[in-house]
Amino acid sequence: MKTFRIGGVHPAENKLSSGESIKPAGLPKVAVFPMGQHIGAPATPIVKKGDKVKVGTKIADAGGFVSAPIYSSVSGTVLKVDTVIDASGYAKPAVYITVEGDEWESSIDRSPDLVHIDKVYELEAKDIIEKIKEAGIVGMGGACFPTHVKLSPPPGSHPTCVIINAVECEPYLTSDHRLMLEHPDEILEGVALLMKAVNVNQAYIGIESNKPDAIQLMSDKAKVYHKFANIEVVPLKVKYPQGGEKQLIDAVIRRQVPAPPALPVSVGAIIQNVGTAYAVYEAVMKNKPLFERIVTVTGKSLSHPSNLLVRMGTPMQQLIDECGGLPEDTGKIIGGGPMMGKALLNTDVPICKGSSGVLIMNDKESKRSSVQPCIRCAKCVSACPMGLEPFLLSKLAEAENWERSEQEDVTSCIECGSCQFTCPSHRPLLDLIRQGKSTVMGIIRARHAK
Amino acid sequence: MNKLTVSLSPHVHSGDSVSKNMYGVLIALVPALLCSFVYFGLGAILVTLVSVASCVLCEWAINKYMLKRTDTSVTDGSAILTGVLLAFNLPSNLPLWIVVIGAVFAIGVVKMTFGGLGCNLFNPALAGRAFLLISFPVQMTTWPKPMMGFFNLDAETGATPLALMKQVIKGGDQAAQAASELGNTDFLSMLTGNTGGCMGEVCELALLIGFFYMLYKKIITWHIPVSILATVFVFAGLLHIAKPEYPAPWLDLVSGGLMLGAIFMATDYVTSPMSKKGQLVYGIAIGFLTVVIRTWGAYPEGMSFAILIMNAFVPLINNYFKPKRFGEVVKK
Repeated sequence: MKTFRIGGVHPAENKLSSGESIKPAGLPKVAVFPMGQHIGAPATPIVKKGDKVKVGTKIADAGGFVSAPIYSSVSGTVLKVDTVIDASGYAKPAVYITVEGDEWESSIDRSPDLVHIDKVYELEAKDIIEKIKEAGIVGMGGACFPTHVKLSPPPGSHPTCVIINAVECEPYLTSDHRLMLEHPDEILEGVALLMKAVNVNQAYIGIESNKPDAIQLMSDKAKVYHKFANIEVVPLKVKYPQGGEKQLIDAVIRRQVPAPPALPVSVGAIIQNVGTAYAVYEAVMKNKPLFERIVTVTGKSLSHPSNLLVRMGTPMQQLIDECGGLPEDTGKIIGGGPMMGKALLNTDVPICKGSSGVLIMNDKESKRSSVQPCIRCAKCVSACPMGLEPFLLSKLAEAENWERSEQEDVTSCIECGSCQFTCPSHRPLLDLIRQGKSTVMGIIRARHAK
Repeated sequence: MNKLTVSLSPHVHSGDSVSKNMYGVLIALVPALLCSFVYFGLGAILVTLVSVASCVLCEWAINKYMLKRTDTSVTDGSAILTGVLLAFNLPSNLPLWIVVIGAVFAIGVVKMTFGGLGCNLFNPALAGRAFLLISFPVQMTTWPKPMMGFFNLDAETGATPLALMKQVIKGGDQAAQAASELGNTDFLSMLTGNTGGCMGEVCELALLIGFFYMLYKKIITWHIPVSILATVFVFAGLLHIAKPEYPAPWLDLVSGGLMLGAIFMATDYVTSPMSKKGQLVYGIAIGFLTVVIRTWGAYPEGMSFAILIMNAFVPLINNYFKPKRFGEVVKK
């Protein structure tokens, strides 16, 4: 079975909620929409206090090309335009909406009927991309890169295939798994739209072998779908961080994207998350902008780990309450998975476009062990999926030797955390490497600015 | 609600620890340790106990009284490991006060002077052995014969197979006698350890069991041991073909400290290279140097010096042999 060729680790999977079907979460009393939910310029609010909105009403325009508009997920009245502490831990401008009823924009097709791609064959690539852009779709895996930008590769590049990331290599998370089991047809339509958008004839869906039911179902569906689009399901050997863009390309088509600033398209690949494919289907075929997503709410002490269909702007506290309430022994709450997710300051943080999960960790799991001296065991070197030397990069960061850090390719680090996960001495390798990486990136930017 | 912990990712850990690795190596040493007790009796037990106790005590005392560290780190198992490995490199009839000197040199000078765990350039146990070999050449090369009775501390002594091989190579009066004596030592008894030598190195079979245990537990990878053994086999084989009085390569593999060195000494985390490429280079160089010293050097045994010499090259190897970066792989 295929997998990526360098490094990788095997964290305990803990997919507690994989058997739980997707349930809609309740509506919040007040929904909060941060303006910076994506990589790039924050969106600009176009509503003001007292405005009435419906589900699917645009409340903020894209702030530039690398940006995305934001839509209301609820109907009601704009309470205020203020700030909120989001998953990043910083206060960001945000629109607050008091929820009244559940009235949807009439343009949205709410019927469950599947709209097939041959009904809209006249759609051209640029129409699809325009619709995706207008619907505010960003990468749903967590990085939140605006999807229309990814679908508009720089001139001179030649995409040859679309690779759908359905790996879900983060422990605990099951939202993509459930989405595939419950909406396989919609996903395939979405993939076909993405293929049309970048004008390629081949797509792969990479799924790790710990989801055999999803592999089986998607393969069967893809075979039937073959006459419309050439979509192949690729089962992958379980290994973290296979969901990393570069690792997935290596695993699926055996090509390695060169060091930054090279893009995946330099080896012909356009990568999209499976959730993004679903959102693309809904946006293009159902005229539904991105305002809800599937969120895994999980944790060992949580009484009912679940997969919820959540309106964006819902505070995490409400989801936790729906899953049995915050356990007594809670020590840490993570937005996303345990390997790359962010620890949250409080439970008022609203669900955003990139919120794939809410993970509750107990007191014991939340604390790091005490740091011991590096014993030079080289386990971090073996684990690094980018072929870097984490022990060295962390020492260089400690010594503030930025010049050497740059020479040792610190900017190639994808911050997957495999090094720190594997370190027997519990050294804060990634903490230090992040510091080195961001400093070196700053130095490089300053150099180019001159 | 409790106060929430806020820290950077990753939020989970493999559960691996320094002591797990150290005790893992110690478990891998158990078969060889038991063999040494069986072959060399009470002497081996005493040497081991004294060596371990002096290593641990020395590390603890330096941490506490000289470095004034609150965490004296002896529980991580690394000092115990050094103690056992040092004992493995000594003859079982060595006077115990010499064992203590070796342990103090290994821990006090070679390890703690550089800052303790993770900082030393040379393998402490091997440096301790080299120090004793140079300081007490007679005691360090008087080998008791195995299986001479458990409580027999003044057992009959004899030459090691390697020393006999050296005699044969040198030629002269004693060559013929050495050759006939060597003829009595067959491959099988060398493999199982029924020969003279340092207490931990004689039973290659037990060492191999430890090797497979460490591979299984992912404490070490195959790169260093296999590259050393393969290099020795090939190089010694070529010499044997060129000049039949040089020992056969399979005898080289099971004699002296080769297995012990390749499996437990050269793979020491702290003093071996970080990248797989570097580890292969390191292993090949050790194998090559070992055969060179065994064949043409002053000492019959070359393993410990080969490893110590290559320890000094590790920083250089780390600089020149980087892991293959992502994206450098040749496109297929």
